[in-house]
Amino acid sequence: MQEKVLMKGNEAIAEAAILAGCRHYFGYPITPQTEIAAYMAKRMPKIGGTFLQAESEISAINMVYGVAGAGFRVMTSSSSPGVSLKQEGISYIAGADLPALIVNVQRGGPGLGGIQPSQSDYFQATKGGGHGDYHLIVLAPASVQEMADMTVKAFDLADKYRMPVMLLADGTMGQMMEPVALPEVKTAAVEKPWAVTGTQMKRKHNIINSLYLNPEQLERTNFERFERYRKVERDEVLYESYLMDDAEYCVVAFGIAARVSKNAVKAAREAGIKVGMIRPITLWPFPTAALAEAAERVKGFLSVELSMGQMIEDVRLATSCRRPVALCNRTGGMIPTPEEVLEAIKKLSGGCEA
Amino acid sequence: MTTRILIAGFGGQGVLFAGKFLAYGGLMDGKQVSWLPSYGPEMRGGTANCSVIISDDPVGSPIVSKPDVLMVMNLPSLDKYEAAAVPGAKIFVDSTLIERKVERADVSTYYIPATRMAQESGFPTLANMMMMGKLMRETGLGGNHIEDALKKVVSAKHADLFDVNLKAIRMGYDYQEG
Repeated sequence: MQEKVLMKGNEAIAEAAILAGCRHYFGYPITPQTEIAAYMAKRMPKIGGTFLQAESEISAINMVYGVAGAGFRVMTSSSSPGVSLKQEGISYIAGADLPALIVNVQRGGPGLGGIQPSQSDYFQATKGGGHGDYHLIVLAPASVQEMADMTVKAFDLADKYRMPVMLLADGTMGQMMEPVALPEVKTAAVEKPWAVTGTQMKRKHNIINSLYLNPEQLERTNFERFERYRKVERDEVLYESYLMDDAEYCVVAFGIAARVSKNAVKAAREAGIKVGMIRPITLWPFPTAALAEAAERVKGFLSVELSMGQMIEDVRLATSCRRPVALCNRTGGMIPTPEEVLEAIKKLSGGCEA
Repeated sequence: MTTRILIAGFGGQGVLFAGKFLAYGGLMDGKQVSWLPSYGPEMRGGTANCSVIISDDPVGSPIVSKPDVLMVMNLPSLDKYEAAAVPGAKIFVDSTLIERKVERADVSTYYIPATRMAQESGFPTLANMMMMGKLMRETGLGGNHIEDALKKVVSAKHADLFDVNLKAIRMGYDYQEG
């Protein structure tokens, strides 16, 4: 194993992207993810890659669209308001079936909001964000090590399914340092026969496009795309199950909220409450089956989020509302303390006893 | 065991740097560590702080709201965090910049005139490392790997600063309140 180094989450994303073969980065600075751009600005010129600070987020995402169409591994990163600006381009990339990585290191919203950590872009990331029928694969790392590992995975998934992947982090994950063993990447060269690379008069030309004026054709294209999505839902769900074997209550949390919740779950166990946690690692596809299975045996769920309650809707859907689902949340850049989560667990366990 | 450390002061005093050095010391002791800075506009001339956790187990929340160890380098930081420290906490105070004493009776206190000592020793910007030297000695955190940890945080480009940093750490480490 490689020696562990202390890295910020943002730096880990940037270095892992380079290790994964990404040589093209387009972005526009915004707190709290600017370290990604700064790292790329320093490293890309030294390894023959492209770092380009675009004039806006909209330009940056369209540069990503172009490079993805040419078949190269490419990424952009931003934080919440900047990611909103990118949504049109993300929809086009999804509509053109192109692989790309979009990183959102979330901050409080709506509007310009604040610069402190948040998870309130969950809806935007998992339910579309841009227009039209499409999904992103959404990965939610909960440690700096996962920031690195998920970045590599994101590129692999994007290529495998020809779709954009979003890494959904938050200000805490971006700014914190933890030991990281940088991933050893074994990326097999992915064939991209669809890429626009010049025909050299030897083949029919490829077209990258998301415009289908014939509705039958557009419907057929959407159906085909959703068949691919079904495969993603079947094969790519990731989650961590923590102390769920004998659990009577289940906390559901991702990213920084899961880190805080882990402390609370431990403390609740010490207080004699049988509680466990399911931590979604893929937010889309959501670990629906794991939660449905948990609903068979637990008395209640607690969704812990840095938002007004967004993932809680997916928890309710996954469990068909068969058990009560409570919410423990802070918003606007605030983070619940382990004590607040513990209180919510106690309230849930008390309230479900009858 | 898990030790939660909060290091706070003005932006520019090097509290984030000192915290990173401590985290590396913990890492080299084979511990699990995390380092989380405050970020944003408050860093420019306002208060800056970082949470460092050094633990035998994987670190859960990286946020330190109830420190076991508190190191403060300005009065606003002492005012803000004194009440948050756990009973039995160790509190390290730069007594050049903070004139008042810690009011809590249920904590251990260490007063180091670090800013004055640093100025008199000719490296006025290294009060942070002097404080950290004392912290490492009194807590046992990271003290086994001072030189190795310092190598990790002083970049090769600034290798000339290694010796003065080390000297500042040693001075703090050896400092005894008179």
